[in-house]
Amino acid sequence: MNLHSPTAPESRSFVRSRVFTTDHRALAILYLLLGLAAVILGTLLSLVMRIHRVWPGFAFPFYGVPRPEDYLALVTMHGTLMIFFVLTVVPQSAFPNLVLPAQIGATRMAFPRLNAAAFWITAASLLVLLAAFFVPQGAPISGWTSYPPLSALAAAGPGQGAGMDLWLVSITLFCVASVAASINFLVTIVTGRCTGMTWTRLPLTVWSWLVSSALTVLAFSVLLAAAVLLLADRHFGTSFFLPGGEVINGLAIRPGSGSPMLWLHLFWFFGHPEVYISILPGMGLATSILANFTRRPVPAYRLMVAATLLIGLLGLGVWGHHIFVTGMNPYAGTAFGLTTMAIAVPSSAEVLTWLVMVLRDRAQPVTPLLFTLGFISFFIAGGLTGPVLAQPALDSYLHNTFFVVAHFHLVMAMAGVFSVFAGIYYWYPLLTGRRMNEKLGHAHFWISLIAAYGTFFPMHFAGLAGEPRHYAQLSGPVTSFPSLIPVERGITSSALLLAAAQILFLINLVWSARRGALAGENPWRATTLEWAPFSHPMVMGQPYAYCAGNNPDFLPQWQETSPRPDFDSSVTGKFPHDRGAKEC
Amino acid sequence: MNWLPPNGALHGVALDRLLNWNLAAIFWLFIAAQFLLIVGLLRSWSRSHPSGAGRFLLVADYALLTALIGLYAWMAVTGQHLWAARREAHASAQSVQVEVTGVQFQWYFRYPGPDGIYGATRPGLVNAPAGNPLGLDPEDPQSRDDIVSAMLVLPANRPIDLRLRSLDVIHGFFIPGMRLKQDTIPGMLGHLQFTPTTPGDYPILCSQVCGLGHARMQARLRVVSQQDYERWLAAREQATLASANPEPASETETGGRP
Repeated sequence: MNLHSPTAPESRSFVRSRVFTTDHRALAILYLLLGLAAVILGTLLSLVMRIHRVWPGFAFPFYGVPRPEDYLALVTMHGTLMIFFVLTVVPQSAFPNLVLPAQIGATRMAFPRLNAAAFWITAASLLVLLAAFFVPQGAPISGWTSYPPLSALAAAGPGQGAGMDLWLVSITLFCVASVAASINFLVTIVTGRCTGMTWTRLPLTVWSWLVSSALTVLAFSVLLAAAVLLLADRHFGTSFFLPGGEVINGLAIRPGSGSPMLWLHLFWFFGHPEVYISILPGMGLATSILANFTRRPVPAYRLMVAATLLIGLLGLGVWGHHIFVTGMNPYAGTAFGLTTMAIAVPSSAEVLTWLVMVLRDRAQPVTPLLFTLGFISFFIAGGLTGPVLAQPALDSYLHNTFFVVAHFHLVMAMAGVFSVFAGIYYWYPLLTGRRMNEKLGHAHFWISLIAAYGTFFPMHFAGLAGEPRHYAQLSGPVTSFPSLIPVERGITSSALLLAAAQILFLINLVWSARRGALAGENPWRATTLEWAPFSHPMVMGQPYAYCAGNNPDFLPQWQETSPRPDFDSSVTGKFPHDRGAKEC
Repeated sequence: MNWLPPNGALHGVALDRLLNWNLAAIFWLFIAAQFLLIVGLLRSWSRSHPSGAGRFLLVADYALLTALIGLYAWMAVTGQHLWAARREAHASAQSVQVEVTGVQFQWYFRYPGPDGIYGATRPGLVNAPAGNPLGLDPEDPQSRDDIVSAMLVLPANRPIDLRLRSLDVIHGFFIPGMRLKQDTIPGMLGHLQFTPTTPGDYPILCSQVCGLGHARMQARLRVVSQQDYERWLAAREQATLASANPEPASETETGGRP
């Protein structure tokens, strides 16, 4: 497939060129705007939850005092918005549209129209989801995991009627869009690489998207099937997830012969790879940014590729650790515990390589680097509780407590969002020709870092004290957690600060588009092809040919002749990464 | 500082020990890693040239990776050891039998009564306002002596075998003080074994979101001495038989809604 012919210049209206377009860069901007809208709304929902937990009597303007079902609707919508429309859409849809074709030396995607269709289906999916707020009884209350029978029967609670239907339709659409987009990315990576762009010359971001796209196709197909089956249970009289003998609200429900366990397995077969879908692109980006700003090659390129592939592979076999406490066969608990422990090994290899890169050379403390360090910090903080939760014996105490909330908010949400920030600060010049303001960026980073730890670290203690998730109130009929009230207040204050700090980012985003320092060509003096001044059909060397202390201290992949022959792999015939690392 | 609630179960001692050394290990790894990140960041502000310690760092990298793999393996072995001890043994024949049923938004505890057998239940007979929240079938003689309680009362130092079920949606049966958690899943019978050791009251929570009353779905476990347990059980048995025998029809009258 020829993905290298220059596109014919056309004079088209703004709407045709920026909105109804098949141009991947324009689609990237649309995806970023969609993600921005979702993250703003998702954050506001979480603030309502946080405030309600510590000041239960507080009446919100235009909203009043949240009822218990309102709190659960907020939980559901917050989780759904953040996981699907922020942590999937931005790293796995917006960023590849922005730079993936350029990074492999292609000028367009393999299936531009499929790619555009994926965005519009995603946008429709978001609108359908938000519509759930406005139907009678409001949004669904069963959490983003939507376990049946709660999610299968309208009688099971408010929001489980029309709201739940809209949620399922939204997820169905999202699955179709994600699978379509990922097939496009996979085919583009496999067939669209330019001359000389061998597999070992791919930037690590591309390797990440290769693995995360493969995971998306596998995982979202399964979720798609599960969502369709659940819709069938709700409306067509099937009972895939409904057992016999159900009594809801004092009413006996029609007998069925299914089991909710089927949903748990199907959902988490999607749900766990989803974690890697949203974090793998960030991992690849972190390695690239560290190489860029320490001006040294990645010390173990092939190890990083192997770790990425291994995480993807193992990630498909660990879903059972989400359902340790369902009373499943203890040998299944053992098996899933061991596979989960195994996935800590490639993850640790990546973390240790980043630490080597951080310590080996003096890094330039620019904003994208700071956010990358923040990403690593959260990835470690949240990742370390992984091997604890991987033990079914310990999970039988910690499951569904705030300890788990702390775990995934650090390793998935905060690490994911910080890598998204790193990507936006890093690639902003590609979008606007200008750099984002460094002072605002530094302030944004430091306040966010401290406030994020202040928000999520104390949740470990609430979890150890036994506080379950999804509780609208701290005190119930039998138990209360009086010792946790100061902790909870601190968490809420921190969350408010964390949200407020994002105003700095929004100001920077808008202000820098007009007033930011002009970036010029290749402002970070990077080596990967998205920074090439022209679309270049030929690649001569490794993706991270940096050489600290020399002048010039880098050799871009698009430069054909090298002043330093040791960079030139075509002369030596060896793997250039190892060679570059030794020579520097 | 110990955040865990006081433990009252036999296996909780081993679980707390395992959890505590795991938490200590990851806490120091966390501190060490964050310290290295801060060192890296401080160096980025300094003007000194790189030290050229790349080779040393790479060797340290692989050594650390090996050490971490050892740590994860040790965590897996000790964790699986406890898991196997907890789960791979059959319930002792002397176990006290109690059935736990999760219903939106209430926990019910059924004791099989003097015959030691849980009687039949029928979904159509479920009627909490009429005093039959579990749908006990009054025509089944084995049901008549079944005791249904809103509080879980258990004797200390005897093995317990809980049978877990749910009438409607998935609930999470969670007793933090007993270090116990297992979902109750409609259509399935679960089992959970443990031995309470310390008399006292322990909150029972719901750990799986089950609807609008999820946060209120709580009950109490009271662990008492063997004598107190027998006294309580005898009183409940008498009360149950007294209420069941004079007017056995009272439960069917209002039961059996479609």
